[in-house]
Amino acid sequence: MNGSGRLAGWMFVAPALLVIAVFFVLPVLAALALSVTDFDIYALADRRNLRFVGLGNYLALLANPLFWKALGNTLYFVVIGVPLSIAVSLAAALLLHSRLGRFKPFFRTAFFAPVVTTVVAVAVIWRYLFHTRYGLVNWALSGIGFDPIDWLGDPHWAMPTIILFAVWKNFGYNMIIFLSGLQSIPEDLYEAARIDGASAWRQFRHVTLPMLGPVLLLVGILTMAGYFQLFAEPYVMTQGGPLESTVSVLYLMYEQGFKWWNLGTASAVAFMLFVLMAGITSGLLWFARRRGAE
Amino acid sequence: MVTFWAMGYEGEVVAQLLPDFERAHPHIRVQLQQLPWTAAHEKLLTAFAGDALPDVCGLGNTWVPEFAALGALQPLDAKIAATPSLDAGDFFPGIWDTGVVDGKVYGLPWYTETRLPYYRTDLLAKAGIARPPRNWDEWRVAMAAVKREVGPQRYAILLPLNEFEPLLNLAIQQPDPLLRDGGRYGNFRSAGFKRALGFYKEMFDKGWAPRVTNNQISNVWDEFGRGYFSFYINGPWNIAEFKKRLPKEQASSWMTMPLPGPDGPGASVAGGITLVVLAHSQHQEAAWQLIQYLSGPQVQARFHGLTGNLPSRRSPWNTASLANDPHARAFREQLERAKPTPKVPEWERIANEILLVAEQMVDGKLDVDAAAAELDRRADLILEKRRWMLDQAAAK
Repeated sequence: MNGSGRLAGWMFVAPALLVIAVFFVLPVLAALALSVTDFDIYALADRRNLRFVGLGNYLALLANPLFWKALGNTLYFVVIGVPLSIAVSLAAALLLHSRLGRFKPFFRTAFFAPVVTTVVAVAVIWRYLFHTRYGLVNWALSGIGFDPIDWLGDPHWAMPTIILFAVWKNFGYNMIIFLSGLQSIPEDLYEAARIDGASAWRQFRHVTLPMLGPVLLLVGILTMAGYFQLFAEPYVMTQGGPLESTVSVLYLMYEQGFKWWNLGTASAVAFMLFVLMAGITSGLLWFARRRGAE
Repeated sequence: MVTFWAMGYEGEVVAQLLPDFERAHPHIRVQLQQLPWTAAHEKLLTAFAGDALPDVCGLGNTWVPEFAALGALQPLDAKIAATPSLDAGDFFPGIWDTGVVDGKVYGLPWYTETRLPYYRTDLLAKAGIARPPRNWDEWRVAMAAVKREVGPQRYAILLPLNEFEPLLNLAIQQPDPLLRDGGRYGNFRSAGFKRALGFYKEMFDKGWAPRVTNNQISNVWDEFGRGYFSFYINGPWNIAEFKKRLPKEQASSWMTMPLPGPDGPGASVAGGITLVVLAHSQHQEAAWQLIQYLSGPQVQARFHGLTGNLPSRRSPWNTASLANDPHARAFREQLERAKPTPKVPEWERIANEILLVAEQMVDGKLDVDAAAAELDRRADLILEKRRWMLDQAAAK
């Protein structure tokens, strides 16, 4: 390529690069710089009150039981929530894709509806549904002989309730992706399988799943990245309680940063979450590459 | 032109008081901006960072030390000294004190609140308690009697586990300060704080209080009406709520009472809104006129009529609507004993830790001594920067 061509190329990508630099690279670098200081309201008043603390924020976080608790809660949410969410999405997509299905446009819309509703409004309604004494869920359970469960007030039940809520709220999105994946599987593969006498389960196991491989990987990574950023659900439904059982990493960051104005600590939390997510995502990609799903 | 930020519902209603002020001060125009409570703190700090603060603001009085530490507030001592008509002694002393940081006055109290028990007169009478308890021992007797009366499904008192205020009010009655050495360290292992923690824990352990948060009580007024609990420590805004929400036949079945202390009527936390003048304001004199007007006795009485908020000074309490309100009477008495929380910018964070540790204690994960030690540990960590700042200042 000659010089003027190269220049023209750079000119074409310059606007995009500029936007990325200003709105992504700069804030990230600034946050990285913040995370090695003890920036707080005293520093806001007078920059001389700003101390360089090196890795102090990170070490303090590692020594903070609440951080580990938040990390544990977040992992709990991801490890249970992501497979569950993907399974529900896939099941819904299979039902909608089935030739036996009726009223498909209606169900497609109904299943997708929770995705487009506001988290806050729906969470308020869920709080009523899961109310210990007046909630519909406990009323139904008592009808079949179960004792009422304190869904959002019992530290053991609060996270499962939030997982249920998140799965219900989000499965429609992945369902649409799966549906398009299912529709792109050539029909003759199933035909061939049927001629070979494969049962419905074996067709699913040996035709549908392998053909959905790349879609599964995409959905897995998107869902995981989303679920690691758990925030709105506990913020609206439990405020991190009871007994901090629903404090997520992002919730901790929000409290540190916007409630207490400890921007140094909050930035350190953000970077630890970033490193964790980047590590797990590349692990997943490595695994998928080895399995040849890409 | 004076810009004035006020928060919440009061921020809307105060607009009705401004025309009179502008008539009396024709050369001053007030531009009012209302902030929602949930976003107020962030907005104020962002405005401080961006040098966009107003001339006058109504601040939650626990925020005064924080904004004073930022250097955002104008000390008012000289103005007060030059205004003989302003009677500082008319304000409730504990409420006035919330605007004073390190000996300097940074604000005039506007409207005020403190917490005390609402109680069910009929359920107490049924349980054989003739008059409201005045000290903790009488309160114990009353709660045990109510619990016996209402049975296992209902309780004597509601202490929501996601509120630190009930415990903090019991703690502020103690002679020991909550922080020691000029706010350098927590003082939660003091005998007084442990006594408050012990009493708080006892109310759960004996089954007088349910282990619930506000999230699990869908409607606190209905539950009070149903007798799910008979004592409820809360603020003056609930007088209007209970009047509005309880059915007519229950109108005479509840009352307010001064907060019992360890030995006789005790102190409570002085809350409320303080009017401050911002340090960078170009209209210091006009801003001072405005906050003096708003905290004046007649205006406070009018404001009470409009919003139900309690006046921060004594003379407006003589107006008929307040003097004849039996539910307000206990607040009038309680305000004389109200005390400010420790005046360090970190206080809200420490109060939040009190909430978290108390919840663990009530859940049986910590005993009183361990909870007190844990609170001291957390408070000392939060106060580390403050100690460093104080040492730096002392070294100069």
